[in-house]
Amino acid sequence: MWKWIQRQASPKVFYQTCINLTPWFFWPFIGFLAVGLYWALVVSPADYQQGDGYRIIFIHVPSAILSMMIYAIMAIAGGIGLIWQIKMAEVVAKVSAPIGAAFTIIALTSGAIWGKPMWGAWWVWDARLTSELILLFLYLGVLSLYHAFEDKKSAGRAASILAIVGVINLPVIHYSVEWWNTLHQGATFTLTEKPAMPVEMWAPLLLMVLGFYCFFGAVLLMRMRLEVLKREARASWVKAEVQSCLGARG
Amino acid sequence: MSFSSFGDFLAMGHHGLYVWTAYGICLAVLALNVVAPILARKRYLQQEARRLRRETDK
Repeated sequence: MWKWIQRQASPKVFYQTCINLTPWFFWPFIGFLAVGLYWALVVSPADYQQGDGYRIIFIHVPSAILSMMIYAIMAIAGGIGLIWQIKMAEVVAKVSAPIGAAFTIIALTSGAIWGKPMWGAWWVWDARLTSELILLFLYLGVLSLYHAFEDKKSAGRAASILAIVGVINLPVIHYSVEWWNTLHQGATFTLTEKPAMPVEMWAPLLLMVLGFYCFFGAVLLMRMRLEVLKREARASWVKAEVQSCLGARG
Repeated sequence: MSFSSFGDFLAMGHHGLYVWTAYGICLAVLALNVVAPILARKRYLQQEARRLRRETDK
């Protein structure tokens, strides 16, 4: 088992795995998104209070879930890279940061645009919103640390440490709607209870969440492939791979 | 089917502007996440091609 893991973590095998896995994320993403969007925007009924404005939920909740999930992945991968010095974990940690920041931006902007007609304000300094904004700053901090050092190794170490320290913000975001009095509504999905929404609303939302997960997987694999090529530029298999990519492009 | 006409669908109650702006921004950010690694890969390969040419010219 340990041997198998080590083999998977060798750059060459890892690179090939990235290529092999990409379609397994890309095509489900297209499927989930097509069905999810049609269901979300056309089929599912309007909300009795919010009318059709509530349909922003179908992008807001998935991107918010992903913004936190990617942060956790980034911190765990960073930790593995720090402790066991597994290079491919460092790759995962590094390329997760820009994608996570993108999802955080979607969650914040879609939330603001949803807030305007429903709450009457684009932004309130409420616990949920503020902690999600802090998450964006954590991502930006991690990203800037990667660019702040000449030496890639110390950059990765510093960024991973910040990422790990920032994990404390995740439970704060999650429980912010319970710990503080807030304008923001509670969790839509929980593991223990049935969703408070009818199935015509939560089913498309679930499809959108799955679609966003697959999207994350696909773009993560794309970014990891390039990162591996850059890191291992001196290895002979990378030179051969670059040659063949150049040859294929003419 | 929740809407009776395409015009109704675009209007989204009277929240059309909000809904479509939110979806538009979302789509733009997602698209950027696909385009960015493709462009980065292209740039890197071009850069490597130049380096290889320099090395063979020597």
